[in-house]
Amino acid sequence: MTVASDSPHRRTKRPNRLFKNWMAKVASLPMIMTALFVFVGGTAWTVTYSFTGSRMLPKTKWVGFDQYERLWETDRWIISIKNLAVYGGCSLVLTLVLGFSLAACLDRKIRFESAFRTIFLYPFALSFVVTGLVWQWILNPDFGLQSVVRGWGWESFTFNPLNDPETVIFGLLIAGLWQGTGLIMCIMLAGLRGIDEDIWKATRVDGIGTVKTYVVVIIPMMRPVFITALVLIASGIIKLYDLVVAQTGGGPGLSSEVPAKYVIEYMFRAQNLGQGFAASTMMLCSVVIILIPWAYLEFGGRKRG
Amino acid sequence: MADITTNTTQGPRGPKPKKTFSRANIFLYGTLIVVSMYYLLPLYVMIVTSLKGMPEIRMGNVFGPPMEVTFEPWVKAWAEACTGINCDGLSRGFGNSVRILVPSVLMSIVIASINGYALSNWKFKGSETFFTILIIGAFIPYQTMLYPIVIMLREIGLMGSIGGLVLVHTVFGMPILTLLFRNYFASVPEELFKAARVDGAGFWQIYFQIMIPMALPIFVVAIILQVTGIWNDFLFGVIYTKPATYPMTVQLNNIVNSVQGVKEYNVNMAATLLTGLVPLVIYFASGKLFVRGIAAGAVKG
Repeated sequence: MTVASDSPHRRTKRPNRLFKNWMAKVASLPMIMTALFVFVGGTAWTVTYSFTGSRMLPKTKWVGFDQYERLWETDRWIISIKNLAVYGGCSLVLTLVLGFSLAACLDRKIRFESAFRTIFLYPFALSFVVTGLVWQWILNPDFGLQSVVRGWGWESFTFNPLNDPETVIFGLLIAGLWQGTGLIMCIMLAGLRGIDEDIWKATRVDGIGTVKTYVVVIIPMMRPVFITALVLIASGIIKLYDLVVAQTGGGPGLSSEVPAKYVIEYMFRAQNLGQGFAASTMMLCSVVIILIPWAYLEFGGRKRG
Repeated sequence: MADITTNTTQGPRGPKPKKTFSRANIFLYGTLIVVSMYYLLPLYVMIVTSLKGMPEIRMGNVFGPPMEVTFEPWVKAWAEACTGINCDGLSRGFGNSVRILVPSVLMSIVIASINGYALSNWKFKGSETFFTILIIGAFIPYQTMLYPIVIMLREIGLMGSIGGLVLVHTVFGMPILTLLFRNYFASVPEELFKAARVDGAGFWQIYFQIMIPMALPIFVVAIILQVTGIWNDFLFGVIYTKPATYPMTVQLNNIVNSVQGVKEYNVNMAATLLTGLVPLVIYFASGKLFVRGIAAGAVKG
């Protein structure tokens, strides 16, 4: 009904509205099928089967919330969640601070701006596997950074995060920041370029310092950019998997396990599908928790404005 | 090494357009150069390590330039490195990755461009709903959809094959690419479309003769986005293929993190660099377009 009245291309009135624009509908079939079968269907299937006792093969033996109870009693899952919280918190704050600071530095009308930008962004072109392996090598205690600093004469220097359960997450963080800050810097730089030059003139007339201008005037003006960056970083954090596999393999012991890895281990190695489904449903929940406030801010705000 | 030193010495010394050495400027360039070192260090370490022999690595430090340059690690990484029982090096993974990459990029871009075109010019009842689902789908963690896709691929007999992985990449590339093309086609003046309609052009005629020629820059952006994304993929590769069809990233991880045998760090770094070479070349060759591509990926909100 709405098609016929909304469509700007109505010239002839056809009897059957299902065949109106039929070529467009046929051409959109891949999209429709992806949306329905993979995204909606696949997600619904996984959530449904997380309430079964599936082990090697999916089966419909309903067990209620058993899988979830077992999940939250498993040490490995608790460690994974804690790791993700520490990594996520640090990564979020540091990426935003570093990304914004670098963008602000590059925005100060400096020379070689594009050279610096190229340097800061190139790690983003590399995969997490490559990132993890390089940093694994640099942080190697016998040949890497630690041994080099010791070779300079500082014999007691200890920096061996990848073999220390307490600090392994920070080893991952160094690599993760190296790979990801460039992107956020680029987004922030685009945001800074969008700010009116007159703002700067006005603050200069008022005698407000550069740093204070950034904190008090510019950052509040860049709220939408920060929200985009926040969503990007957060969705990246939840997906964290390749980096851990390549850099630490989850070790030493279980000390650098993450939820995404837990899901895949239980689904494809431990042949405990139900656990995998329950864990992935928990990941889905965490995304929903992040996305709903964001969607509210984005679209709720737009309606008001 | 050359990169780092030239930057360090030249950066702050070059002639300035306005002010000379103000304290703020020294601080600014100092910070940027120190941070640049952190970013360049891994690339530098990869290169020098891959050019050293094992004895030199055992005694020397990772940051030192090679005393004797040898390309043997590169040859070994490419043609002899072992994963499990196969000892034919990364070349196999490279071949697999290319065979995955080319059809995936073509298919995902063709489908997404048609989707975007239909969504912006041929809206039909429900088209926006499907599009919204698609965009929300981009935020769902892949882990929730992994197993249902395993079942689907088994049903159509593509599990473990390159064809199956191509399909997976096409599906998961769809949200962002469709958004990219939809936004681009929406910016094309509507008069053009209407004029073509009046002249009697149909769905495909307008697509091929008007839209595609106008959208060439966005096609380049999409290609850059997809080539780097698919080449760097690890998760789908490890789940939907079998050892004979592993893409390069998965094979690389297996080579470097294998527990058997003596660790040959120089071969490992040569292998790592080889795997990173394709996206790096694209990055340095494409320059601004790469930034445009990731910006397009970033504004999906």
